[in-house]
This record gives sequence, C-alpha cells and structure tokens, in this order.
Amino acid sequence: MSPDIFFYLFSALTAGSALAVVLCKNTVASALSLLVSLVGVAALFILLDAFLLAALMVFVYAGAVVALFLFIVMLIDTYGGVRKPFKKATIVASGLGLALLVTGLATLAQRGSIATPEFAGTTAPLVPVGASLRAYGEQLFTTYLLPVQIVGFLLLIAMLGVIVLSKKFEGLEDVK
Amino acid sequence: MFDLYFEIPLWIRLVLQGTAVILVLFPIAAACSMAERKISAWLQGRPGPNRTLPPLLAWVPGIWVLQKLGIFQLAADGGKFVFKEDPVPGHVNKFYFIAAPILAMIPALTTVVVVPFGAYLDSAGKLVPLVLANVDIGLLAVFAVSSLGVYAVILAGWASNSKYPFLGAVRASAQLVSYELSMTLSVLPVFLWINAPGGQGTLSLFDVVQSQSQPGFWGGAWFVFTMPLSAFIFLVALFAETNRQPFDMPESESDLVGGFHTEYGAFKWSLFFVAEYCHMVIGSAVFILLFFGGWNPLPWVTLTDTVQALAHIIPVATHPLFMGVLGISIFLVKICLSIFFFMWVRWTLPRFRYDQVMNIGWKQLLPLSIANLIAYTIGIALLQK
Repeated sequence: MSPDIFFYLFSALTAGSALAVVLCKNTVASALSLLVSLVGVAALFILLDAFLLAALMVFVYAGAVVALFLFIVMLIDTYGGVRKPFKKATIVASGLGLALLVTGLATLAQRGSIATPEFAGTTAPLVPVGASLRAYGEQLFTTYLLPVQIVGFLLLIAMLGVIVLSKKFEGLEDVK
Repeated sequence: MFDLYFEIPLWIRLVLQGTAVILVLFPIAAACSMAERKISAWLQGRPGPNRTLPPLLAWVPGIWVLQKLGIFQLAADGGKFVFKEDPVPGHVNKFYFIAAPILAMIPALTTVVVVPFGAYLDSAGKLVPLVLANVDIGLLAVFAVSSLGVYAVILAGWASNSKYPFLGAVRASAQLVSYELSMTLSVLPVFLWINAPGGQGTLSLFDVVQSQSQPGFWGGAWFVFTMPLSAFIFLVALFAETNRQPFDMPESESDLVGGFHTEYGAFKWSLFFVAEYCHMVIGSAVFILLFFGGWNPLPWVTLTDTVQALAHIIPVATHPLFMGVLGISIFLVKICLSIFFFMWVRWTLPRFRYDQVMNIGWKQLLPLSIANLIAYTIGIALLQK
C-alpha cells in the first residue's frame, strides 16, 4: 500500500485514458475518457499533497468543462466518420516531436534522475503552494497577481468574442 | 473500550467507518421514498399507502400502526425492484446505459466522506468532529464530487437513444451547470466571515459549525440569521441541483414522459431514485452545517453546553459515546425536517417552464448572489477592521 503503487496506478489510468481520448472513434467515448484522465490527474495532485488543486481540477474541469464538451458533442451528434489523410507538415511535426521525446527519455535514462534543485541553507521541507488554501491564495494575490489579471482579461476577451461571433446584430430587435 | 478500537489498523477502521455511514445513509434515502408518498398523500388529503402487510405478521398486536405508516409497502417496493425483470431496450447503447445508474450512485455516496455529522469532547476537553475525512477543503470537495453527478443524467439520456430522454439530459446538463454558479457564490460570504485575517484559511465544514458555536449574541447566531439571503440562494440552487420540483426539468413527466430515465426500469431505475434522495440528504446536511448550526440543538445553545447541562442530571452525558450519539441524532432530526421541507415544496409549487428556469438562474439568482457577495464583502471588511 505504498504511495508508489498509487502513483503507477493513477499515471497508468491518466495516460491510458488520455490515449483513449485520441483513439476512440466515438466522440462521446472520447469525452468520457477525457473525464477519467482528468480525475486521474486530480489523483496525482493528491499524491503530491496538492489537495486544493485536486479539488479545483475535479470541480472546474471534470465537473463543468467536460460536461459542456459532452453537451456540445451530443448536440452535434457526430459518430467519427472518415478521417482525412495526414498532411505532410503533420507527419514532419509528429516525427520531430517523437524524436524530442526519445531524446529526453534517453537523457533521463542516462543520468538516472532529474536533479533536485538545492535550496541554500533551508533544511525545513517546502510547503507546496497547492496544499493549503491560504498559501495558494496568498501566492495568487502577491507573486502571481499580474499573470492572474492577464489570464482573467484573456478570458473576458474570449467571452466577448463568443458573444460577437454568435449573436447576429441585424436589426435593432436583437440588440436590446 | 475505545483503546481497543484504536489499536485496529487504520485502513480497517476506515473501511468500518465508511460502511457504517453508508449503512445509515442508504436506508434513509430509501425511507425518503416512503416519506415522499406519505407526505404527498397528507398534503393532498389522502391516506397514502396503508394496506400492505405480510400475512405472517398479521397476528402481532399493534402491528397496524406500522401498517398504516406504510413500512411494509417500503419493503415490498424494495423487493419488487430487486426481483422484477430488468429490461434493456434493444435500441440503447448498452455499455453507457448500464454505466449511467452506477455513475449516479458513486458521487452521491462519495460526498458524504467530507461531511461532518457530529462532534464529541475528547479527554482533553477538545471538540473533535465525527467525520470520515476532516479535510481543509471540505466544502470544495463536496461541490467538486457532486458536480460529477451530472454525467449520470447526460449519459442516461444519450445512451437511451430516444427523443425524450435526450431532451431531458440536455436540459439537465444546462440546468446543473447554471445553478452551480449561484450556489458557489452564495456560500462565499460564510467563508469570508469565518476566515478572519490572521486565521489559517479554511473551507472545512467543521470550522463553519464551530464559528456558529461561539459564546455571545453574534457568536452563537446561526448564519441563517446573519446571512438570510445567502441561505435563500443556496436553498434555491440546491433544489435545482438535486432536480427537485419546482426545478425537475430533467424528468418533467408532463412534457418529457419521464425525462432522462424514461427507458429505465426495475433496479437500474431505483438506483437513480436512491441517488436523487442521497443527493437530497447530503445537500440538506451541507445546508444545515452552513446555515443552521450543524449539530447544535438551538441557536445560541451549543452541543457542548447542552451536554454539560445534562451532566448535572445524567453523569454519563459528557461521555464521548453519549455526546456523539446525541450530536448525530440532533443532526439527523434537522436533516429530516429539511427533507420534509423539500417534499412540502414539491407538492405545493407548480413546476417552472424551462425558459423560466434559465431566466431565474442567469438573470435573477446569479446577479442577486453577486450583489450579495459584494455587499457582505464590504460589510465584513468594515466590521473586522
């Protein structure tokens, strides 16, 4: 019952269902695999003591985002269909990606492990930011204030974009 | 006696505790179905189920009380669901059709893990919560897991591969996602209040009850008195999240036959049914913890006070076992009252139209909860300065 077993279990679950997302022909099955994959990621967060991130992962992504995916998928009602043959650029890009992955894994295998960064003079264990609500909130409102604002602004722009694209502004009756 | 229990390995203890909680939760959820029939009958001036009686028990004197209460009807219904033929229509997507009711049960039973249901004083005089996992992010975990309940409805509707279940599923997913927003926003003032500056920062439901058990007039007041609007918004959103009348759009018998579970029968249908009641029980529990003082018997009267007052009459009152049982009983009584309220509303109000549901959710409840949050943020900031 060591944490290692859970790590292997959940990473296998996450990676396996992530593969299923890409490989499933049925789009609903893909969306559900994505759900399982996200729950697996949340479980990995728990193993890293980042309980808050795990809960947020389940709440936001598994609970709402995938539900909306499913919602759309069901409305469009697609059943796979014929796949287009790959373009040349896609083949080159995937070959390059594979080469990078193999290089990275080979390097990792050769060196044995990823070096842990040294923290000068501190022997106390680091408190993970995602573990407690307080630490997380403080970081969010101090160190990462600017990125949070920028991301919020981007989301706002995306939302406005959706409204502009989806709403037809013909005639004044629509714009009330 | 307790030492003996604490010497058992942790994981066996956890399995025992989890089983015990489910063994209490499950019969309550089942009994709710009977309560629903009895209460609806009462509200409509009918006797309700009062005939069923096993022939072997008819000679027992006084058994007619149980017969009139419909206890045996409950047993008969339960038996019927297990033994009758379990049809799977030919046109359904079998895997997802069977997976959906199971998916409905899992979140319903999982949320109970972080919900505290009582407390006792340990030998050092410190209040210890009775909960399966007293985590720092309690409420967030409840919201997170219960938000997974929507998949059961979506899958059931989609896998049924027929028109009305599909419409029910589409309605359900839109409704559940819409009302989650107001629900989450409505509880924020509570946590703004209990997370005073300098504190640890917590979303634990136990701490919410603790902050309603402080001495003094404002300390002992339940949050329903200090934040009535939050309580109201949470309650309305809870009705929508548990698919209860007047928000039972996903079922809506009058226009969708039976909604997402039209094609289901027998045991699979009863799983949906029990899951709905489990959601109701746990939703009520969270509502009571947040706004109605949890296991404290009355506002301004905490469980600890009660037990210490009782100790003058019965010396064993401060014993952890007695206090735990008393706390759980008070909590269960409150849950039953809340469930009665759910049923009272169901048999009193007519169902909303679907556009009304969406209008209430997005145009009224959500702005109201945002305004409520801003008002309380300013108020709490001024008070705590």
